[in-house]
Amino acid sequence: MLQSTEVSREKPPRLVTPMVQVRAPEPSASAEETKPCIVASHLSAFFGDTAAVKDVSISIPQKAVTAVIGPSGCGKSTLLRCFNRMHETVPRTRIEGSVEILGSSIYEEGTSPIAVRRHVGMVFQRPTPFPTMSIRSNVAAGLRVDSKSHAARGTTSEIVEEALQRAGLWAEVKDRLDESAMALSGGQQQRLCIARALATRPRVILLDEPTASLDPLSTQKVEELVYDLRKTVTVVIVTHNMQQAARVSDRTAFLLMGELIEFASTSELFTAPRDPRTESYITGRFG
Amino acid sequence: MKTARSRHLVSGAMIGLTYLAAILATLPLLLILTHLLRKGASSLSLAFFTHMPRPVGEPGGGMANAIVGTLVLIGIASVIGLPIGIGAGLYLAEKKSTPLASSVRFLSDVLNGLPSIVIGIFAWQFLVRPIGHFSALAGGVALGSMMIPLVTRTTEEMLLVVPTSLREAALALGYPRWRTSISIVLRTALAGIVTGALVAVARIAGETAPLLFTAFGNQFWSTSLREPIAALPLQIFNYAISPYDEWHRQAWAGALVLITIVLIISIAARFATRSRFGAPVD
Repeated sequence: MLQSTEVSREKPPRLVTPMVQVRAPEPSASAEETKPCIVASHLSAFFGDTAAVKDVSISIPQKAVTAVIGPSGCGKSTLLRCFNRMHETVPRTRIEGSVEILGSSIYEEGTSPIAVRRHVGMVFQRPTPFPTMSIRSNVAAGLRVDSKSHAARGTTSEIVEEALQRAGLWAEVKDRLDESAMALSGGQQQRLCIARALATRPRVILLDEPTASLDPLSTQKVEELVYDLRKTVTVVIVTHNMQQAARVSDRTAFLLMGELIEFASTSELFTAPRDPRTESYITGRFG
Repeated sequence: MKTARSRHLVSGAMIGLTYLAAILATLPLLLILTHLLRKGASSLSLAFFTHMPRPVGEPGGGMANAIVGTLVLIGIASVIGLPIGIGAGLYLAEKKSTPLASSVRFLSDVLNGLPSIVIGIFAWQFLVRPIGHFSALAGGVALGSMMIPLVTRTTEEMLLVVPTSLREAALALGYPRWRTSISIVLRTALAGIVTGALVAVARIAGETAPLLFTAFGNQFWSTSLREPIAALPLQIFNYAISPYDEWHRQAWAGALVLITIVLIISIAARFATRSRFGAPVD
């Protein structure tokens, strides 16, 4: 793991489409971290006429892990899916308000959702390796549709190795890259999906309950990985598990019935919540 | 109140009945196969595959033209039926609930249930009459039209089995919609679609009615699409209703060859399903 983060630091994420402006390269870590990465203003997301996310304004910091917690059906996943325009892939949905990522408005007219998704990776609740592809092809899947970033960063096998290193899976799979991805265990499949998302060098990674279907040991591995990722990317993680939010995140947002109740540093939110509803939730009184 | 004994008796009887039904379900196929083997195998020889039909009274001869004709007709039908069927199935799976999808689904079920002789009349009306004579093309079109609804519905079913999560994973990676449909969804369902295609081919390979007034049959060697062409089912029909014993024997042999072709395709379909079918993730 150590080695892999060094590799990534040598090659800072390079952007290929003008969608996201590159800021001054590698300023001091603290200054960089305080800059917002995702800024949502008055964001509402609808399924038909029902609002799943209601008027959420939030400013998510760069190169940090932000956890989104809340009871089932509170709109956590929907909020996350607004950040890479996956919400609109479901029929009869729409959003109101705006989302900016690193200064570019992703819902602006003329911005293609495909370009947004290439910069904002996503990992789902259940592992989703492509069943017909080998481990190698799975990791390279995102590169195949984005040949520009591909050419700029060396050969496919270098990128595949680097992504698997970063996902902490390299040692386990390096001798069987051409085997089917379905042969891996659930936890390995999930880390493969993280590697697949990392291979295209996104600036943001969205994790939608990434450990919900994993055993405790795999969960621990994924959590360690998330903790390490903050050095290079902005991570937003939706989780049901408050301990997990406390373990991996720098800041935590609490959502209830589609509304953002509280957004604060994780230690503050869990030790001194300002809103009584947050307090009832984290002390287990509902949800 | 029923005793345990009587419940066991009823249970045993019902299990026995279902066993019987299961055996009876496979009985027709077994009877047909053994009967065909008994009647047809004796007339089967290498000459049957390589020689042309002989005139009445001359012993020997084969059905080389009909075997090749059947393959040609299957080829034309596949060229028409597979792309249209797979394309339509993809549409139905992608646009599940549009009004067009519902009507296509309904109409393709209607087409599927249409008597095959009606499809033959359709091809005769629109191809044979304007052209002025029977042709392999007309026969192939008739068979292809029968394939379309079969392939459409199996393709749709196979695509719907692919979990939505895979589609979402591809979209989230920055795949455009069309690439998601082709390289992920279609690719994952490919084995199932191949199976469906093979089953459809097996289904039409033995059709006789649509060929009666389209391909028509031909006693001579022809592979031209513009000429009438021989086909195994037609040849079997013509020989079977003839008054000559020699031709009857040939008809049995032809039936055996035809059923063997269909069996081989069906077995191939099973293997296509088995080999790395895109197992759903869940």
